[in-house]
Amino acid sequence: MPRVTRGRHRDWPVTRSRGLTAPLGSRDSGGRGCHAMGGTCIHGCPPTVSSWQAEEVQQQIIRDTFHLVLKRDDHICNFLECGSLFGGSDYKLIYRHYATLYFVFCVDSSESELGILDLIQVFVETLDKCFENVCELDLIFHMDKVHHILQEMVIGGMVLETNMNEIVAQVEAQGKLEKAEGGLSAAPSRAVSAVKNINLPEIPRNINIGDINIKVPNLSQFM
Amino acid sequence: MALKMVKGSIDRMFDKNLQDLVRGIRNHKEDEAKYISQCIDEIKQELKQDNIAVKANAVCKLTYLQMLGYDISWAAFNIIEVMSASKFTFKRIGYLAASQCFHEGTDVIMLTTNQIRKDLSSPNQYDTGVALTGLSCFVTPDLARDLANDIMTLMSHTKPYIRKKAVLIMYKVFLKYPESLRPAFPRLKEKLEDPDPGVQSAAVNVICELARRNPKNYLSLAPLFFKLMTSSTNNWVLIKIIKLFGALTPLEPRLGKKLIEPLTNLIHSTSAMSLLYECVNTVIAVLISLSSGMPNHSASIQLCVQKLRILIEDSDQNLKYLGLLAMSKILKTHPKSVQSHKDLILQCLDDKDESIRLRALDLLYGMVSKKNLMEIVKKLMIHVDKAEGTTYRDELLTKIIDICSQSNYQYITNFEWYISILVELTRLEGTRHGHLIAAQMLDVAIRVKAIRKFAVSQMAMLLDNAHLLASNTQRNGICEVLYAAAWICGEFSEHLEEANQTLEAMLRPKVTTLPGHIQAVYVQNMVKLYASILQQKEQAGEKEAAQEITQLMIERLPQFVQSADLEVQERASCILQLIKYIQKLQVKEVPVAEEVIALFAGELNPVAPKAQKKVPVPEGLDLDAWINEPPSDSESEDEKPKTIFHEEEQRHSRHRQPEIDEEELARRREARKQEQANNPFYIKSSPSPQKRYQDTPGVEHIPVVQIDLSVPLKVPGMPMSDQYVKLEEERRHKQKLEKDKKKKKQKKEKRGKHHRHNSLHTESEEDIAPAHHVDIITEEMPENALPSDEDDKDPNDPYKALDIDLDKPLADSEKLPVQRHRNVETLKSPDSEVPLVEKKSKKPKKKEKKHKDKERDKGKKKEKEKKVVEEEEEEEKKGEDLDFWLSTAPPAAPTPQPQSEPAMGTAVVAESQEVKKEEREEQDEEEEDEGKKSSKHKKKKHKKEKEEKSKDKKKSKKKSHHSEEEPPESVQNGTLEDEPLPPMSSYRLLAENPYIKMTYDIQGNLQNDSKVTVSVIFENKSTSFLKSMELNVLDSLNTKMLRPEGSSVHDGIPVPFQLPPGISNEAQFVFTLQSIVMAQKLKGTLSFIVKNDEGSTHEKLDFKLHFSCASYLITTPCYSDAFAKLLESGDLHMSSIKVDGINISFQHLLAKICFHHHFSVVERVDSCASMYSRSIQGHHVCLLVKKGENSVSIDGKCNDSTLLSNLLDEMKETLSKC
Repeated sequence: MPRVTRGRHRDWPVTRSRGLTAPLGSRDSGGRGCHAMGGTCIHGCPPTVSSWQAEEVQQQIIRDTFHLVLKRDDHICNFLECGSLFGGSDYKLIYRHYATLYFVFCVDSSESELGILDLIQVFVETLDKCFENVCELDLIFHMDKVHHILQEMVIGGMVLETNMNEIVAQVEAQGKLEKAEGGLSAAPSRAVSAVKNINLPEIPRNINIGDINIKVPNLSQFM
Repeated sequence: MALKMVKGSIDRMFDKNLQDLVRGIRNHKEDEAKYISQCIDEIKQELKQDNIAVKANAVCKLTYLQMLGYDISWAAFNIIEVMSASKFTFKRIGYLAASQCFHEGTDVIMLTTNQIRKDLSSPNQYDTGVALTGLSCFVTPDLARDLANDIMTLMSHTKPYIRKKAVLIMYKVFLKYPESLRPAFPRLKEKLEDPDPGVQSAAVNVICELARRNPKNYLSLAPLFFKLMTSSTNNWVLIKIIKLFGALTPLEPRLGKKLIEPLTNLIHSTSAMSLLYECVNTVIAVLISLSSGMPNHSASIQLCVQKLRILIEDSDQNLKYLGLLAMSKILKTHPKSVQSHKDLILQCLDDKDESIRLRALDLLYGMVSKKNLMEIVKKLMIHVDKAEGTTYRDELLTKIIDICSQSNYQYITNFEWYISILVELTRLEGTRHGHLIAAQMLDVAIRVKAIRKFAVSQMAMLLDNAHLLASNTQRNGICEVLYAAAWICGEFSEHLEEANQTLEAMLRPKVTTLPGHIQAVYVQNMVKLYASILQQKEQAGEKEAAQEITQLMIERLPQFVQSADLEVQERASCILQLIKYIQKLQVKEVPVAEEVIALFAGELNPVAPKAQKKVPVPEGLDLDAWINEPPSDSESEDEKPKTIFHEEEQRHSRHRQPEIDEEELARRREARKQEQANNPFYIKSSPSPQKRYQDTPGVEHIPVVQIDLSVPLKVPGMPMSDQYVKLEEERRHKQKLEKDKKKKKQKKEKRGKHHRHNSLHTESEEDIAPAHHVDIITEEMPENALPSDEDDKDPNDPYKALDIDLDKPLADSEKLPVQRHRNVETLKSPDSEVPLVEKKSKKPKKKEKKHKDKERDKGKKKEKEKKVVEEEEEEEKKGEDLDFWLSTAPPAAPTPQPQSEPAMGTAVVAESQEVKKEEREEQDEEEEDEGKKSSKHKKKKHKKEKEEKSKDKKKSKKKSHHSEEEPPESVQNGTLEDEPLPPMSSYRLLAENPYIKMTYDIQGNLQNDSKVTVSVIFENKSTSFLKSMELNVLDSLNTKMLRPEGSSVHDGIPVPFQLPPGISNEAQFVFTLQSIVMAQKLKGTLSFIVKNDEGSTHEKLDFKLHFSCASYLITTPCYSDAFAKLLESGDLHMSSIKVDGINISFQHLLAKICFHHHFSVVERVDSCASMYSRSIQGHHVCLLVKKGENSVSIDGKCNDSTLLSNLLDEMKETLSKC
């Protein structure tokens, strides 16, 4: 299958629309600055999407969703009927817009629309607590964490928990557990990232001390 | 080794982590694809390393790339590796990746079953948590079946965090494995009253979701939910319950009556908009289900409409939207109360928000009446002109068509107006809905005979202006309209006034640029047109003119003969020949018109879309039987090219249905006419359909004549529908005057043939008679059609499988598949089973009973029932319960209980033995020390751990099949079909005396490299009660039993249960060890108290616990390439053994090694197989097993030579027993 060609750059991807989806980001080159978007699908996927689908199709859905949501003004309603997008008229997009971020949930008729708006608010506040003043870059660079937080709220397309304190407590407990295990990258990586962050072009290619000529290896390949 | 480690960690230093990857992608905007493919290459390298941290990091990055749209399914196996890591950090990464990229088609997913089961029973709640979360995304029917029981056990976990997750996942399990619903439902119901609000909410969530799909099965839960609704303060839960009631009320109107009051109270009291809205919604549902007319209900409607109006008028667009949404529901049953808010809704059409406009459109659909249709459509037409986006414009277009055509054109009084609306709509450029307009034109022209003349004139005009419509042909959907236009002009050519002109328009060269299927219709219909012109001319005696028109056809047709479209070409050349023949005859001055017109004689009648389906199959006809013997395989290949044409044919056939085959059609027409003539029920059409309205009183058709004069038909591009509005008003006015005069006559004119629900109309609407006597021909149905609407159901609905009656008692066969130890079954003494079944069968009943009783007390304090009654009675009570509960509402006309009570009393309640046993124990415990919840929880935990056990066998088998790549038919559910394996058990005898028998099994734990778990099954063989059991071992330097903190090394560990006679149960003990390269033996003692009628005695039983080296191994799947690398690496020590006198089959031999020694088959070629396993401390063990005639040789390679030789010795022992 041909790879999707994309006109714009996407930083923050959405997970698949099957079951639970998570935040996805997108950057719009169309001049309105940086926009990111989160998407989640409550209640699994619509009939046609439910069978496994290629990444290309997911990306198409995300792109379409993004365009739909992006062109909406702030003062119009936060619900979007998008049956054609997901293949079932039972599905609705419910989104909230925070500065440069869009949080989009796709829900079916068993969810209360206003309830989902509240849920998005809870999600954002939870992100804010877990990241301490969340900003877009946090979400872009820590996709995995965003997912983990979302998974404490929604699993398998069903709302698991709506109490923010409870969610934060569970996320923090798991964070602690991870810390106790030394994390994914543990200590050396901190040193490594310091090394990596050195501005390589400024390192001289050759170091001459007296007669000795030391050739500095080209490190850029590690970047 | 150490050097390698260092090297590894240096390499690692330069691995990118997720943040680096994201940063990199952001920095390579121009060549993103290239950069990412480079990163993927790096990731592939990282995945090849042994270090699990490196792998986890790689998988983490892959997950991100997957979200960007890159396929990562190739790494599925690596994801499983990371999932099975011992550290939570890695595990979580693995499960996240799996939830992103696993799906039902992922073949390696079956390898995860045991890993997931292990994680589910992990002592760490977060391991369980991530496993549950992951499972929710990729659960397959197989996983659901295998894990249903484990998840159900987790529903009673001590931690609410796990309980609520498990409850939610159960819904996914039900979806994939519907058989699990009934066994699991009682526990799910229990969770509705869980002390933790989160668990309660999850249970409500799941049941609501289930009930939404199949509400009737959940009606009996209504009292419970009612109680929750009145007691809960959690808005989430309330909303869910209220939504659920909305789904239940249509089934049980009495429930609705009971609900109205608390709901209206909530509406008045709540401050949460979301709750208010849902309440209004449910009240609406209740009102719909109730027969209206009762005064207090109209008050409720008023309340709802009033609240909704407030919502719609709110400045918050969200509320406005929802208000409209709810309003549309009221509209269906109480249109009058909504119609008074028409102003508000029309106002919403001007809203800048598209969603709101669409909602308002929906509302309009229900608000139209004969009176206001024209006015509303006029408004919509204005919006069509204003609409900028094509999507919204298309939406408007479909809505206009929907509104007009609803209920068989019920509200259209003037079809000329409608046709002109349709013609006006053709001016929309770039719409996708050309075919919709075309379909409407065809439908109206065919079914409303009176309009044909007008329709034909309009269509002729369209054909004349075809160049306007077909300007940019390919993308322009509107040219579909020409299809309808051509067909109508051809079929009803007798109404054409200037047929010559139309024919010429159809023969223009420009036509060849139209899509093929339209050209085909053109070609076909020009002949019809030609035939009627020919007839005209011949009748008028204008032979020259007739020949001229033939000449024209012969000149112009060749352009179609050259068409690239097969259909067009075929028809054109056929027709060209026909016309050439006609020309010959014309030259000979033979009158041909009659014969030509005979080709198209007869009349088309619409057939109902379901007509075909409704024809009953005649007796004795077997549709599935072969008419001819099926063709052999070799033939089918020859036929392949044919199917290509076939498909193409089908694509076209949709468009050219009306003229499939002239002869055939003519024949059918004749047959049909014959049949109709004989059918007394068929209402025959009048002989001259075109002048239909002349039959009616003269005044009726005067306005029609005026229309003909006042509307300039031939001027395209000018909206004329507006003029109809005016004319219509005049007409109605006249009509009214007229009617005052002959009020009595009016009634006669109502024709029974109208397919209209006149009874629904208001009086004022009835007054408006259609402009001309409109003749809507009803669709034909076969005479013996079966009156059923069954065919509306979608057989593929995934939720249909969950339509299961939950009130029926569990049958014998209904149980969740449980991983069982074969010897556990045999352990049971047969006489102990009988009482078990009896006891068990009563248990769930009692529980239900308890619920019910509570309910009853709540609803109205009345009659206390005896506790235990016979089953049949019990079931009856259940039905009565609901009735009783509902009957406390104001008395209503007796409604039939929608629930069909199944036949009771015959089914024996029994579950799987395992579950039975456990429940039994629980029950015993409950009876004995009631209130001691903690012990109960402990028990649950044990149960769970136990189930982890006997997985190895199945897994290894599956694995071997997988790697052997045998044809799939030999594998069914992971077991061999051909050769059943002898029962195997990993449980070995520990010790035995007249009172008790102990068997044990040792399990390593990947999560911990220095711990193993020993599961001991205690079976009470005596008739006495065994209690205060305590197990103690003498620790060695290497191996120690893990004792609770604060106890000394000499203290024993109490067994956390007591054993009634004949019962067995399992306890687990954890041991720590340092080295695992050698087998160990520990001496130990079990002390216990035997209690019987004579008193109690203290007893002891000594045993020796044997830790074999195999028990430190963990079945780990391995791919052959990874295996090959491992062998090449040269770090492994080698050793081999040979055992003679082996007679069992190789398959069984491998299964034994897999099962007893925890190996998995990597590859198998004939009688040679490579196997792999891993110790809990990370030693790789590779085996090459070869079978000779009577012997087996095993070559082993392992990081540690001692371990290897010990393992081989153990294996030798196992094999020599074969």
